Amino acid sequence: MLPIIFIMPMVQLLVLSFAATFEIKNTNLFIVDNDHSKLSRELIAKFRGSPFYTITGYSEDYKTAQQAIELRKASQILMIPADFERDLHKEDKAKVQVVTDAINGSAAALTNGYALSIIHDFNVKLLVETFPALDLKDPIDVRYSFWYNPKLDYTTFMVPGILVLLITIIGLFLSGMNIVREKEIGTIEQINVTPIHKYEFIAGKLIPFWIIALFELAFGLTLAKLVFNIPMVGSIELIFGAASVYLIAIMGLGLFISTLADTQQQSMFLSWFFMVIFILMSGLFTPIDSMPGWAKTINIFNPIHYFIPVMRNVMLKGSTFADISKYFWSLACYGFISISLAVWRYRKTS
Amino acid sequence: MIILFGMPVVQVLLFGFAITTDIKDAQIAILDKSNDYMTHEITNKLLSSGYFILGANLDKDDQIDKAFKKGNIREAVIFEKNFAEKVEKDKKASVQIIADASDPNMANLLFNYTQSILMDYQRQLYKDKKFPLQIQTETQMLYNPELKSVYMFVPGTITILLMLISAMMTSISIAKEKELGTMEVLLVSPLKPFQIIVGKVIPYVILSCINAIIILVLSFFVLGMPVQGSLILLLAETVLFIFMSLSLGIFISTVSDTQQIAMMMSMFALMLPTILLSGFIFPIENMPVVLQYISMIMPSRWFIIIIKAIMLKGSGILFLWKETLILIGLILFFITMSIKKFKVRLA
Repeated sequence: MLPIIFIMPMVQLLVLSFAATFEIKNTNLFIVDNDHSKLSRELIAKFRGSPFYTITGYSEDYKTAQQAIELRKASQILMIPADFERDLHKEDKAKVQVVTDAINGSAAALTNGYALSIIHDFNVKLLVETFPALDLKDPIDVRYSFWYNPKLDYTTFMVPGILVLLITIIGLFLSGMNIVREKEIGTIEQINVTPIHKYEFIAGKLIPFWIIALFELAFGLTLAKLVFNIPMVGSIELIFGAASVYLIAIMGLGLFISTLADTQQQSMFLSWFFMVIFILMSGLFTPIDSMPGWAKTINIFNPIHYFIPVMRNVMLKGSTFADISKYFWSLACYGFISISLAVWRYRKTS
Repeated sequence: MIILFGMPVVQVLLFGFAITTDIKDAQIAILDKSNDYMTHEITNKLLSSGYFILGANLDKDDQIDKAFKKGNIREAVIFEKNFAEKVEKDKKASVQIIADASDPNMANLLFNYTQSILMDYQRQLYKDKKFPLQIQTETQMLYNPELKSVYMFVPGTITILLMLISAMMTSISIAKEKELGTMEVLLVSPLKPFQIIVGKVIPYVILSCINAIIILVLSFFVLGMPVQGSLILLLAETVLFIFMSLSLGIFISTVSDTQQIAMMMSMFALMLPTILLSGFIFPIENMPVVLQYISMIMPSRWFIIIIKAIMLKGSGILFLWKETLILIGLILFFITMSIKKFKVRLA
């Protein structure tokens, strides 16, 4: 059991952190060129020259291109109609068409943007070459900087979050399966006849797992530093302080579930149900800001969504206790309530 | 029992509505050193776009870092002094955009939106000016013209739920018999091992099928997922996937001795990889090549492709025979492995 508890999460941290990225490195482009002019070839060369595009096919027939999309051989089509060059010179405007497979909406928006900007650049260059005197400068000069993660490195964002998930899963399931296991095997009766207090029993169940999970966190943070080179701007004591409170909240919840369920299977199903909801709504993968109001209300019950910002803000931005105090006290309340529920629900008599 | 049927429903609804990668209502901070009509116009344009809401009005540079550290503000927009005057006189004024890139994807998207709103504003300023040689680009979004993220998440949610009910529940229920020792009792009975397994598995087959139907009905009527292709093919593939999950569950149970181990295995081997490596949230094409190969052994990856193709693209079996064969192959693999393991145990 112990190897599973320690090795599996770490392997997952190493593997999955690389998987979780929205960064699009490559788009397969299918080209339909009905013009065959110098200009259309130049435009295609622009796309071919971009490291972002791989051209997976040419055709003169739009049907073939569409089929390539259906077979997932391509995710975007650039279509240059006949008379593209002639129209441009004669009428001062010409059309091209960009068709994108939009099942993944946000990725489609990005690749569509890339295609538009390549075409726009091509257009500007053409203008400058034809009319050197034209003033194309924009009056508003947009400067930008990306703070805290200037290279927009995705692992920097994901590793702290995935680490939270792993210790949460460990914490919730170890505690969630525990009391119910004693119930199933029948050893709980032996404990019930001892003069031990209810809160002592709960504390005794909680502390070993709490220590295991904190070790896990330390281990994970070391890996994050050594393997992923994640910055640790804030104070590490603050992280551990918040994590200890967080873990109590999670394990209290686990123990509470454990006291509710009659079999390990039930308990595990319940924990799994909450786990999936908590993970997907935690803001780890998708922005919380974009959720509708009622979903944000449900999130009040989601302990993960308090702790992920703590990890990210402290590790990457160096937030201090004052900055994260709102999350900290929420977690403290959560922990207090979930432990109280577990103590209240645990009956020594059956 | 209510739990088993109720939970998938709750999850589909919750995720269908709440989980989205679209950007909406991101909080921004404005630091307006100019306070003239032009900066006000731009600010209004930003805030009325739907992407942004005003999180804070700042008046000093050093407040930016503080605002970011609290964690709510995603982007700061800073106008320089005498903005309008500079635009009109020198044709040159600067806006600075600072994005909180601790979330790189968000930072990138917000920056792009802000930039395009600024571009729009400039175009308005010079709308009478005409340029020659314009290439106009028409864009078309196939299968999902409104770019709804529901289309991404529903197939993933269906897959996760079927995986849980089928694989996890079977593996645990069989491991339970082993742990409590009742498996030995069953084995000495005149029933063949095959019959025992079938008996254990059938309730979960029925449960999964009913759940699959509930989920599909919900996603069709409530979440507006279309079914472009053949419904029969969709159901057949779903049943195939349920069998795949069941054989995976049986396989897990043959290699684990206690419920806890079975649970840990299915939890770690199934939950996070199913979410992360299957193309549910993160597109597989973006992953490092090694992980793309690893994702090939994730059954969920193939099923997600199948569901999307049938529901959204309306593809027929001609386009999906490869994925279907892979699922069948996985079933055979898991069953053979389990039988081998099982025989060793008996001997």
